[in-house]
Amino acid sequence: MLLEVKNLRVSYGNIKALHGIDFQVDEGEIVCIIGANGAGKSTTLRAISRMVEVEEGTQMTFMGKDMLKYKPEKVVSELGISHVPEGRRLFGNLTVMENLKLATFARKDTDQIKKDMKRMFSIFPRLEERKNQEAGTLSGGEQQMLAVARAYMSAKKVMLLDEPSMGLAPKLMLSMFDSLAEISREGTTILLVEQNARLALKFAQRGYVLETGNLVIQGKSKDLLNDPEVKKAYLGG
Amino acid sequence: MTYFFQNVINALQWGSFYALIALGYAMVYSILMLFNFAHGDIFMAGSYIGFGVATGLLYLVTSGFFSLPHWLILVLTIIISMFLTSFLGILVERIGYRPLRNAPRASAAITGLMIGIILETGNLALLGARRLGFPSLIMTKTYEMGGVFVTNKKILVVLVSLGLMLALDQFVRKTKWGMAMRAMSYDFVVVPLMGVSIDVIAPLTFAIGSALAAAGGVLYGIAYPVLDPYMGILIGWKAFVAAILGGRGSIMGAALAGFLLGFIEIFVTMIFPSTLRDLIAFSIVLVILTFRPYGFFGKPYSAKLRL
Repeated sequence: MLLEVKNLRVSYGNIKALHGIDFQVDEGEIVCIIGANGAGKSTTLRAISRMVEVEEGTQMTFMGKDMLKYKPEKVVSELGISHVPEGRRLFGNLTVMENLKLATFARKDTDQIKKDMKRMFSIFPRLEERKNQEAGTLSGGEQQMLAVARAYMSAKKVMLLDEPSMGLAPKLMLSMFDSLAEISREGTTILLVEQNARLALKFAQRGYVLETGNLVIQGKSKDLLNDPEVKKAYLGG
Repeated sequence: MTYFFQNVINALQWGSFYALIALGYAMVYSILMLFNFAHGDIFMAGSYIGFGVATGLLYLVTSGFFSLPHWLILVLTIIISMFLTSFLGILVERIGYRPLRNAPRASAAITGLMIGIILETGNLALLGARRLGFPSLIMTKTYEMGGVFVTNKKILVVLVSLGLMLALDQFVRKTKWGMAMRAMSYDFVVVPLMGVSIDVIAPLTFAIGSALAAAGGVLYGIAYPVLDPYMGILIGWKAFVAAILGGRGSIMGAALAGFLLGFIEIFVTMIFPSTLRDLIAFSIVLVILTFRPYGFFGKPYSAKLRL
């Protein structure tokens, strides 16, 4: 077991966002969490990244290590978990290259950084073409590529992806998921949250359904795609 | 006309002081969105530390431990004071601001004012109320160029300030720490997701800002060799105004506005009695801000406060 989360509880003030959810991710898997807006999908990823405080009783272990002992930057640099946040959150005042370089701030494996950079430019050639351009001037699709590439440069054992399809035209969406599949084939474990349930379930091997802070259904993607309840609520009948 | 150029030189000197201090305000604001209101007093502390370093070095030289030319003592004084004062900045961040990172901005502002008072009164308690004379490390030489008188000290102040600003510009543009600072000024919430610790970048920023203020303090001590514990208050507020005028958080803007403020002040006294200097100078600033409420380089922009 790579990542194991038990009884994950998060509140924002008085509002409970997650009511104690359990899930796990194995090495090399692609796992998705689907659910409606406000179900707690992004919060789940933020909790793993340690960007929000979790409540008493929450257990999170990564390769046997207690994740609650790690600060957000150490989750990236020491545990190897990167996070593409909701809304991409690129540094618009930095160039494409600077965004990628900043992500390697804590890394010391210079040769591997060069290889990773090359790999990202081969998966996303558009980024190399635009490497000296400010990130804020990129198109939506290019920004999403940069967000993924930046996360990959920071850590690639596990990538947490928050709505990689958001704001992309259908064609771009598909090519983005092709690129993610390629990254996954090279050994990166992927946990993604998506509103686009059909796309996510086609891409992932396993899935969880999150409803107002509770995990209600889980299973293999192909079973979920045929589950009548999932069909009715998330796949449009 | 010579009178005009004479004043240009004075304005450049005062502008240098304001700019060096304003940079510290702007840098801290740009990454943490708070104004470090203790910054004027860090300038004061830097000046006193410079006094201590210069006095110590002079003592060692006169008692024959080693011999150094006076210009080298001056250079060493600036460098060592910058280094030592940067630790004061780190301390202020660690003790004063870090615990308040998620607190309302007003708490941080009040903390800054308190730290300022602690530095002022701490200095009073330690060294007493008498003013200190900054040791004169170099003899004043006056050069005349077409009726305009320039002292070597004024040239020194302006050149050292410009040199430091250029160095800062290169640091922020070219190094990975500078890159992290720029990233933080854009969106500090996601910076940890890059594997960058805010607890590294924030103290570094305070350290650099404080070092620049210390350089200003030493240069000030050389140009106006009387030190007192409250010397940082007015000049600190004026530099703060320059930082606002430049555009909140804009480093380049702060430096330029520092010089602009120097020019406004000096040229106001060219025309009006000097008792009206601050009144008229700040009225001009107020008018500028009425038409450019975000300053020269500031953008109307609200940062996202969480992920």
